[in-house]
Amino acid sequence: MTQRSRAFIAGAYEHPLRTIPDKTVPQIHAEVAIGALADAGLTMADVDAYYSAGDAPGFGALSMIDYLGLDVSHVDDTETGGSSYLVHVRHAAEAIAAGNIDVALITLAGNPRSGGAGPGGSARFSSAPEASFENFFGMGVIGGYAMAAQRHMHEFGTTGADLAEIKVAASTHAQHNPNALLQDVVTVEQVLESRMISDPLHLLDACVITDGGGALVVVSEAVANDLERHTIPVLGTGEAIKGTNAGRVDLTHTAAVVSGPAAFAEAGVTPADIDYASIYDSFTITVLVTLEDLGFCEKGKGGEFVRDGALQAPFGKLPFNTDGGGLCNNHPANRGGMTKVIEAVRQLRGEAHPAVQVPDCKLALAHGTGGSMATRVGSSTLILGREV
Amino acid sequence: MSDTTTTAASQLPTGEPNISHDNRRYWEATAEGRIELPRCTACDLVIWYPRSICPDCQSMDLSWETMSGNGTVYSYTITRAGVGRKWREHLPLVVAYVQLDEGPIVLTNIVDTDPSIIEIGMAVTAVFHDTGHPISDEDGAPNSAILRFTSVS
Ligand SMILES: [Zn+2]
Repeated sequence: MTQRSRAFIAGAYEHPLRTIPDKTVPQIHAEVAIGALADAGLTMADVDAYYSAGDAPGFGALSMIDYLGLDVSHVDDTETGGSSYLVHVRHAAEAIAAGNIDVALITLAGNPRSGGAGPGGSARFSSAPEASFENFFGMGVIGGYAMAAQRHMHEFGTTGADLAEIKVAASTHAQHNPNALLQDVVTVEQVLESRMISDPLHLLDACVITDGGGALVVVSEAVANDLERHTIPVLGTGEAIKGTNAGRVDLTHTAAVVSGPAAFAEAGVTPADIDYASIYDSFTITVLVTLEDLGFCEKGKGGEFVRDGALQAPFGKLPFNTDGGGLCNNHPANRGGMTKVIEAVRQLRGEAHPAVQVPDCKLALAHGTGGSMATRVGSSTLILGREV
Repeated sequence: MSDTTTTAASQLPTGEPNISHDNRRYWEATAEGRIELPRCTACDLVIWYPRSICPDCQSMDLSWETMSGNGTVYSYTITRAGVGRKWREHLPLVVAYVQLDEGPIVLTNIVDTDPSIIEIGMAVTAVFHDTGHPISDEDGAPNSAILRFTSVS
């Protein structure tokens, strides 16, 4: 068996602001690109591959490469919604393994909190083959996830209090993040007493809406060896798509049932080995279903799993989203995948906030869930390690 | 078969469907108060949403069949906020997935039904809401309609 060339995350940067009314989306892309490259100890001139998703305006990567003044030999505009940036890490690792690139730059930016337009454009979405069969029912984003929660409760007896535990853990972490949009610790009761938006999901079951962005730099081993910064090896990756399956809709699973095992197998580890997990948290139900799908517990046992502070750092059985996650900290451009990878990198570098740093964190998982659990979902899983 | 007439009070917002070669038969049937869906002649799958290819076996040899219009609730949510402007006067709004007796699970609304009695597994039947948009440019072409459901009882 041939040993693949390994890929390393060398730079990670999260925009510190949550409201950015005075800057353009390309400008925020530029700020996070500069931030991540500076974190790695590299410059724009070192970049030979660029990755962006639907949040990049205009012609996507084509527009952004020109705007930033990059000179690349590899480009990837893969769009799987909020999980895109984990898919980009995987694709960058593959291109590095093939020997095609050395320094990949991945950026995300948007300003929905200040009223900026969402990605994709209305023409693109209204021409989708499914559009006329899904767009005339008033199903907002939360409505789809609410139906997933309702079905999970019906099949497995999951409760609103179970879902609330996830928000409570996120808020417990967010109190230590001075950049988090929401920094107040909340209780299960407060979640259950918050306004019902779409039964059974309350206001506090939903992620925040923020301006901002983030960027990652993924490099080859040769480049990593020359850098002073603590670089993070990419040990295993997976990506998968799950759709409406010709009408055999299944609201209690995501494509994580495929992307997770693929990533674990490549890394040669199991869920029990994971010290820290960044789990996509557009809504509390997203986390619960994903934990089951990834194999941290059996299908249907997610409610039981998250009780009693299981997700709370540093000593819960699976500390998660120690930056406060999308539920409390940041969900830039309505896309939470980038920040999931960034916090996993912080944990593995030992640079999370001391109050939530997992002691001796050696193995982390980051997972993204793009699109909608109610229709078409793009799942991506990364297993990240610590350089020895 | 379902009643194609609805009162103004129960009519929810609609929109203009993208009628295409993929789905023209579906929309023509809605103008007559029927659900017609493609069935794959090779593997027998009833396909939702309507399209030109069977996603199971990739055959493009499909026939169209009329469904019964009856089904059961697979999941639902009572939406109270977080929707676009045209929906706000219709809150609370019941969004649901309904499983047709023929198999496919379709995204829809439950209308003319007390939201508090809705539960997963409840029997429902089709109703059609006029979109106000003709199914073609021909003179006198009837309007397409949006498929919704109401409780059977
Ligand atoms: Zn077929």
